[in-house]
Amino acid sequence: MLTVEGLRSRYGRIEVLHGVNLQVKPGEIVTVVGANGAGKTTLLKCLSGTQPVSGGSISFRGQSLASVPAHGRLKLGLAQSPEGRQIFSNLTVEENLRLGAFLYTDDRVAQDMGDAFAMFPVLKEKRNLPAGGLSGGQQQMLAIARALMGRPSCLLLDEPSMGLAPLLVAQIFEVVTSLRDRQVTVLLVEQNAYGALKIADRGYVMETGRITIAGPAGDLITDPRIREAYLGT
Amino acid sequence: MDALLQFIFSGMTVGAVYALVALGFTIIYNASDVVNFAQGEFVMLGGMITVFAHQAGMPLPLAAAMAVVAAAGGGVALNRLAIEPARSAPVVSLIIITIGASILIRGAARLIFDKQLHRLPSFSGDTPIRIMGATILPQSLWVMGGAVAVFIGLWLFFSRTLTGKAVLATANNRIAAQLVGINTRWIMTLSFGLSAAIGALAGVLVTPITLVSYDVGVALALKGFAAAMLGGMGNPRGALLGGILLGLLESMTAGYLSSQYKDAVAFIVILAVLFVMPQGIFGKKPVERV
Repeated sequence: MLTVEGLRSRYGRIEVLHGVNLQVKPGEIVTVVGANGAGKTTLLKCLSGTQPVSGGSISFRGQSLASVPAHGRLKLGLAQSPEGRQIFSNLTVEENLRLGAFLYTDDRVAQDMGDAFAMFPVLKEKRNLPAGGLSGGQQQMLAIARALMGRPSCLLLDEPSMGLAPLLVAQIFEVVTSLRDRQVTVLLVEQNAYGALKIADRGYVMETGRITIAGPAGDLITDPRIREAYLGT
Repeated sequence: MDALLQFIFSGMTVGAVYALVALGFTIIYNASDVVNFAQGEFVMLGGMITVFAHQAGMPLPLAAAMAVVAAAGGGVALNRLAIEPARSAPVVSLIIITIGASILIRGAARLIFDKQLHRLPSFSGDTPIRIMGATILPQSLWVMGGAVAVFIGLWLFFSRTLTGKAVLATANNRIAAQLVGINTRWIMTLSFGLSAAIGALAGVLVTPITLVSYDVGVALALKGFAAAMLGGMGNPRGALLGGILLGLLESMTAGYLSSQYKDAVAFIVILAVLFVMPQGIFGKKPVERV
């Protein structure tokens, strides 16, 4: 579904991705774990088109994304829930969700919004309040729900557990798992390596702009190198 | 009593013009956080182009429509040529660019047109309408009607349409707007075009009363800015109310104090707003949690 080959990207003169290879197959939950500053977020930004690519290629469902601008990628089915949530803070919760389905004006929009409220009942309670007033966890829910409103076939999730209380983290990961039933493929970037590997099918470990280890999530979680570096045992 | 009513009428008329300028500010501000100080120049262009097209023999409605379209084109060009290339610059730099653009447009207008004052015939004659001892020109009603119509249109645009919400979303978070599929470049083009068209419409409506020359834009931009600040930047309701209030304050000052102080009112209002309530009357305090 998503194939990344030799991807390079730079901030000014400093290259931060040095040839990343990665593949996501339909229906999978794939996670990229790694320490802060490894380039995980930059990788996702390249995939969503909000960060310039300086080398390599990205193809989504067989189509090269090189000439597709950021705003054109959702139409192809590729959505991103960005790092730091990036909700529209001055608009209401409901307006945020409606804008998630900006590309659509049919009846399914109302239906999808109903699904979003069923998934996150707290958002329904606060539907008419400005999104900027939501708590961090609620904003994360809104960011995911908004991305799903765009009817993606593949969702890029950037650090959904960041800064959340453990109970909320568990709830967010549960939601990510449930995306499988909705036929949404997931690429999940996380610092919370244990939580991410537990729900993923396959995993990649990223270090300083390179993929260093790749394999089934179950193998990675028991891999001594990873246990030592990321799982704290 | 008659005098008071007369001051109210004239205050409402100029107030409606300020409101139209302020409404023009609203759109671009909502889309980009930029205050477009070339807004007054679009008012001037609306008046000047209509005058010259009309003199060249074009019927007035056609000339006016052409002026509005031409000004909208000017707005789009301003965005494409000056704002977009500097998109990554801080907002203050962009505002300074709009000031530069206003000087350029003014200079070009002086060369292309001339330095004379021009007027247009009133749309519905010049017979004053008498109301309780005071009089009002039919053209004043056109100006007020125009302000109210534009206000209603914009209010519906921002609160009821998906495109309007997309404009607000673009201002709030450009990257997130792109991620939900909004073409933010197009939103900016739309905002500048729309805003310039509203400015030009104000110019067409007001020229029969106040006349137009190449340099009327500066004062209008400043007063429209004061009106927008007073009402709350970015809020169409605030723009309308701020414009009318400023117009009334001006005409009361001119009537009861001295007309020499009239132009100082706008500046006093700006200062007062900044000291007392920087958000303006309808402005929302930003809520943000990190």
